[in-house]
Amino acid sequence: MPEKTVIEAVREAMQIEMRRDDTMIILGEDVGSRGGVFLATDGLIDEFGENRVIDTPLAESLICGVALGAAVNGLRPLAEIQFADFVWPAINQIVGEASKVRYGTNGVKTAPMTIRVPYGGGVRGGLYHSQSIEVLFAHTPGLSVVAPATPYDAKGLLATAIRTDDPVIVLEHKRTYRLVKGEVPDESYTIPIGKAEIKRPGTDMTIITYGLMLHYSLQAAEMAAANGIDVEVLDLRTLRPLDSGAIAESASRTGKALIVQEDTPAVSIGSEVSAIIGERCFFDLDGPILRVGPPELPPMPFSPIQEAAFMPSPEKILTAITKLAEI
Amino acid sequence: MSATANKPSNSPEQLSGDQLSGERLVELYRTMVLSRYLDERVWLLNRQGKAAIAASAQGHEAAQVACIEATDPTKDHYLIYYRQFTAMLALGTEPEEMLRGFLAKEGDPMSAARQFPLHGAHPRVDLFNFSNVIATQLPQAAGVALADKLSGSDAVTIVYFGDGASSQGDTHEAMNFAGVQKLPVIFFCENNRFAISVPIEKQMGIDSLASRAAGYGFPGVQVDGTEVVAVNEAAKAAVARARAGEGPTLIEASVERLLPHTTDDDHTRYRTAEDIEQMSKRDPIRIQSELLIRRGLITEAEDEKIHADAKRRVNVATDTVDAESYPGVETMFDHLNVEYREEHEVSGGDA
Amino acid sequence: MVFNIELPHVGESVTEAVIGKWLKAPGDQIEKYDPLVEVVTDKVNMDVPSPASGTLTKIIAIEGETVAMGAVIAEMETVDGEVSVTSDSPAASEPAQVSESSLASRIGTLVQGANVGPTGGEFVDTSLTAAKPADSAAQNTSAQPATSGSRQKGFSPVVTRLAAQHGIDLYSLVGTGLGGRVTKKDVLTAVENGGTGSTSSPQTTQVALDEDQVIEPSPIRKMIANHMVKSMTEIPHAWSAIEVDVTGMVEWRTANKDNFEREHGTRLTYLPITLSVVAHALRANPRLNSSWSDGNIILKSAINVGVAVAADGGLVVPVVHSAADSSLVDLAGKLGGVVERARSGSMTLDDVQGGTFTLNNTGALGSVWGGAIINHPQAAILTTEAIVKRPVVISASGVDSIAIRSMMNICLSFDHRIVDGAEASAFLQSLKSGLEAITLTSDLK
Repeated sequence: MPEKTVIEAVREAMQIEMRRDDTMIILGEDVGSRGGVFLATDGLIDEFGENRVIDTPLAESLICGVALGAAVNGLRPLAEIQFADFVWPAINQIVGEASKVRYGTNGVKTAPMTIRVPYGGGVRGGLYHSQSIEVLFAHTPGLSVVAPATPYDAKGLLATAIRTDDPVIVLEHKRTYRLVKGEVPDESYTIPIGKAEIKRPGTDMTIITYGLMLHYSLQAAEMAAANGIDVEVLDLRTLRPLDSGAIAESASRTGKALIVQEDTPAVSIGSEVSAIIGERCFFDLDGPILRVGPPELPPMPFSPIQEAAFMPSPEKILTAITKLAEI
Repeated sequence: MSATANKPSNSPEQLSGDQLSGERLVELYRTMVLSRYLDERVWLLNRQGKAAIAASAQGHEAAQVACIEATDPTKDHYLIYYRQFTAMLALGTEPEEMLRGFLAKEGDPMSAARQFPLHGAHPRVDLFNFSNVIATQLPQAAGVALADKLSGSDAVTIVYFGDGASSQGDTHEAMNFAGVQKLPVIFFCENNRFAISVPIEKQMGIDSLASRAAGYGFPGVQVDGTEVVAVNEAAKAAVARARAGEGPTLIEASVERLLPHTTDDDHTRYRTAEDIEQMSKRDPIRIQSELLIRRGLITEAEDEKIHADAKRRVNVATDTVDAESYPGVETMFDHLNVEYREEHEVSGGDA
Repeated sequence: MVFNIELPHVGESVTEAVIGKWLKAPGDQIEKYDPLVEVVTDKVNMDVPSPASGTLTKIIAIEGETVAMGAVIAEMETVDGEVSVTSDSPAASEPAQVSESSLASRIGTLVQGANVGPTGGEFVDTSLTAAKPADSAAQNTSAQPATSGSRQKGFSPVVTRLAAQHGIDLYSLVGTGLGGRVTKKDVLTAVENGGTGSTSSPQTTQVALDEDQVIEPSPIRKMIANHMVKSMTEIPHAWSAIEVDVTGMVEWRTANKDNFEREHGTRLTYLPITLSVVAHALRANPRLNSSWSDGNIILKSAINVGVAVAADGGLVVPVVHSAADSSLVDLAGKLGGVVERARSGSMTLDDVQGGTFTLNNTGALGSVWGGAIINHPQAAILTTEAIVKRPVVISASGVDSIAIRSMMNICLSFDHRIVDGAEASAFLQSLKSGLEAITLTSDLK
């Protein structure tokens, strides 16, 4: 089976879907001739033409508003927001408008649109190329939000997102684009939205995580195994709807839960996961629900030592694992 | 009572750019009068505590019917905002349907009463209004028009907005993109010189909104919004441009907002008595009535009958809808998006 | 017909209005919905519409007059039966709360009737005055809370902590939480009452005379006292007893005890032997290993036999878990350990929890008969009495003769709700058979 990076898997998914459905268009800044600043859409304008791979003006609200308008008039648009840090002007069109189209028009209008957003840090991105933006979208009724961490998941989830008839936000951790390489089938396949996956089975505790932190958590779990602690790692993959069933099943079975995230902890995905475990697993818990996350400051400083101090790491995760194991 | 409800006209001679016939002018006037009485009735229902909120189109009636008249409701797209009361009627919405929206009753066709009145999507023509966040509909209109351009359709998108909306970033972004891509979209601004209480001189540093179009590479037209024929001519020209692939037009229709912003507003707080008195003279109902009588298209008796018919029609609709029930609580859960289920497979195409 | 025009209600707490300008005069033809008169309230100004078509005949409330909602303000002559009656009913207005403490006044109170419309205006909503109150069906409380359905499912962290701290047997508590769950409050109540939950009926008081000595009971004594009262009050006790010829068991033990001690490092008393027989007999007679709970009989799957031990502070009952699955050696070891811990006051929570039956070797102190009190909420308690050499009649091949045999009475107190005399006897017979089957040459494991 061929091995591909996350960015290659993403590109492949888009290419397959563009071939499969000629109502699909891609729009965003630099997605056409340049092939995207991460080369996510490299080559697509050559294959599908400038009517289907559209370079837009520099205007995020426009990109998402146009995607919405096209979506309610027969197209299946995939919009790219170049960096998560730039999404804020588009929140109105995404959260305020797109999420409520079906509900607010009593089903007369529907918006089959996808928005891809590179996010996350550890890339020397400073305050404006490192942000994690998932919380606002994961809180919004009417949106689905996925955050694949592996090439295999990236391709399958993006395919599902594109084929879904309601708005889906696809969050791609930019550090994983070229860092993570894995087996990805050449053919088309889909992964259901809303299903977490156990990436490493274990018995002593469960780590619940997503994005780049999945890989750091797996590294930490290997180190912990050498110390006789058997850690299960659950990859959320979808942030809305969260797979509460899988979260509760794993936490109940192991009895200890450790949430690992790159986003600042206050009012975050980890807060919601912790609430779910508290509600559903109370009588099966053998220790408090702990969270590993960065300090509460604007993510994240540019200077290298500070960035490293900000980001969670396999070592920091191992410290938390050990602490929880001892309780 | 469908005899008094306006039937949108799509007979070929109107679409070709000829003058509006006398018959059509009377028909449009009938719609304006019906709108006026229904508008007043909704205001009364608000004062009775039955209609929570209403934005009046009094003063805008001529501009709205005249613009719709230039379009083809069997294929064109209408992105309205909250003040398009008359336009709704012009597109065949029944007074009962309008009242179900204002009274939030079961059977509201636009949003099943989950939204404010005039919000949601029309069941019979491609008219929609997703929110009352100002100007979000302009980039959406560009998207709708883009889809038509890409598919080779000759459908036109008309997006309505007020003078206040013209200040939003979304307006600039939409017009800019429409100009770059030469999209088949008509930007129709009903300029009543007030955004709630903020007067036009605080809203823009220019006298004519239409002059902005040049900055985006397409024509801008200013027109007296109380004159049916003038608005219709401008709209017809814009529609023809768009269908021919020549790109967008900005039409600025100058109207008066005869009532406060909405039923929650009191315009005596920021408009002088003289100003209110003065602007009430630019009443399109009165102007059109005088024009039709002057041109011998109707008599005074026929005019009175048009008014009486409209009033009666509005009474019947009020009695009917007032007695109807509210949507059941469980319908609050209808038409939720696919993510409401804990896990979903693909919802379209083969997996 | 003459029709009275009333001032319509416009919602909660607007109780009156001032009549403004009349827009119609007596004698005017009016149509339904025509505005008749302007009225002014402190919440909203409105035009009162005509409820019907006809002729206005009489103005009753004049301009400037203050009129209550519902009062007649005019009369009209209607054309036909068509009359629209607004069915708004006035909502009761509640008296404002008077704050007394400074915190309350800082919090403030709600201004009755204050309203705001959807976008800031003075809209007074009358749409629900005739409607039913909203369902709570749409409420979205926590979807699936974990509940401890039965006590077996688990004790919460705080409950286990408190129980360990205070030496409470959680299984002896009646849980007042959902599904019989033992709550924090249950444990704290038990601690306060000396260990067994709510106090029973009021106790009689005795007057202490000067020469009498008043002893304040220790927490353990209090706990024992409450436990005993609870058991006697709740459980209808009945008793049965049987004699057992343990000559064989005595001989076996005498012959094997030294080897046993050498080999396994623990003393061999009769207790592990009787415990083993009891455990197996319980397996065969499950109703003796049960509990009456909430009107149901719960047959316990585990066989955990508590053994009464006289510790310093009083009677304690450490538990030997899974007694029927343990070998004789295991039992001797477990018993040795648990009794040692009981005597030294170092029992763990595990030692005192989970008992399903109790065995009391009252014979060690010479007793030949006992009517022990059942260890609530178990179904029965067994005492093994003193082994006494007695002359007994032996029948062999139809010939009676007298022999000297080691005899031991075993006495059962049982919960007559669960166990009848016949079952009690059957259980005792099992025990008798099991014990009498032991001979000098038995191979006991």
